[in-house]
Amino acid sequence: MCTVCGCGTGHSHGHDHDHGHNHDEDHVHFGAGEAGVSVPGVSQSRLIQIEADILGKNNSYADRNRALLAEKAVLALNLVSSPGSGKTTLLVETLNRLSGKTFASVIEGDQQTSNDADRIRATGAPAVQINTGKGCHLDAHMVGHALEKLPLEAGGIVFIENVGNLVCPAAFDLGEAYKVVILSVTEGEDKPVKYPDIFAGADLMILNKTDLLPHVDFNVDEAIANARRVNRKIQVLQLSARTGAGVDGWLCWLEGARAMQAAGLAAE
Amino acid sequence: MHEMSLCESILDILKEQAARDRFSRVKRVSVDIGPLSCVEPEALQFGFDVVMKGSLAEGAALVISRPPAEALCLSCFKTVPVKQRFDCCPECGSEALQVVSGDELKIRELEVV
Repeated sequence: MCTVCGCGTGHSHGHDHDHGHNHDEDHVHFGAGEAGVSVPGVSQSRLIQIEADILGKNNSYADRNRALLAEKAVLALNLVSSPGSGKTTLLVETLNRLSGKTFASVIEGDQQTSNDADRIRATGAPAVQINTGKGCHLDAHMVGHALEKLPLEAGGIVFIENVGNLVCPAAFDLGEAYKVVILSVTEGEDKPVKYPDIFAGADLMILNKTDLLPHVDFNVDEAIANARRVNRKIQVLQLSARTGAGVDGWLCWLEGARAMQAAGLAAE
Repeated sequence: MHEMSLCESILDILKEQAARDRFSRVKRVSVDIGPLSCVEPEALQFGFDVVMKGSLAEGAALVISRPPAEALCLSCFKTVPVKQRFDCCPECGSEALQVVSGDELKIRELEVV
């Protein structure tokens, strides 16, 4: 009997044991033979200690995007929300107001269709649609390719409209300067504590559809308090993309963010 | 289900590591998933089995460790354990907590042949 691996056939073990080995055509094993013979120093499996960040690859693409945007002095914003919070309506209103003053372009993320990019292009702003297929979020690699297709003008803004989802986009840094989460008053005021990760990672929360406040039971103070429970530093703006109320405040915020980016001071 | 993409990232890392450390099969992958990392361990487990099919890690065990999450209380300046991002300080009741750990998402160890 072979004393190395405990099998019954006679054979030589004159080779490296880092890998499994073949005796006969139908006999492949890794030394865990029935005889249970163990030989010190000849281990079938080995342990490798690695400290590999699972999101490492995404983060390195994000760093690359961030460096490109900094070099071009372009402000990138990652807009996240549930489906139907009014992201695209807010973007269309914003682009119309910026038109002729600030160069802006849009990266649209949706599972299917180019409906949103079509709405954006109707404002005259360049837009790239990313269809994620079954994917539930944009990642930094997809955004890097979209940035290659968009004209980037110094002092301009790239709005990245993420897939409508308050869960998955939280994990993926895209290389943006700021993450903006949009919550509409037709949702619950407890969303920030139900989906804390996305609110914890956001720089700004926009409360949208404020024109509907008289018709819904949404408690604005409670929503803001909930957002601050998960993120003490989050800034808050209230507006209605449909009526335009409060949109001036958002444009002021954008102006400040753009100045920060141009000065190389934008937060990661 | 971004856990599926995370499993694809794990597979990429395994392939790169296999070329570097010369192994052909992975028997076990040990990962640290912090409780604040926005990953659902069950979903990760499910995605892992599906994504690893037909790869060098087909049938491999995924062992998930959950390192504790901690926060610094800005009122009493103690480092305290937290379960969620909006927990209050268990020592003084303050809501002013700065999370310092708990969002880990990393592969710690591989068992390979």
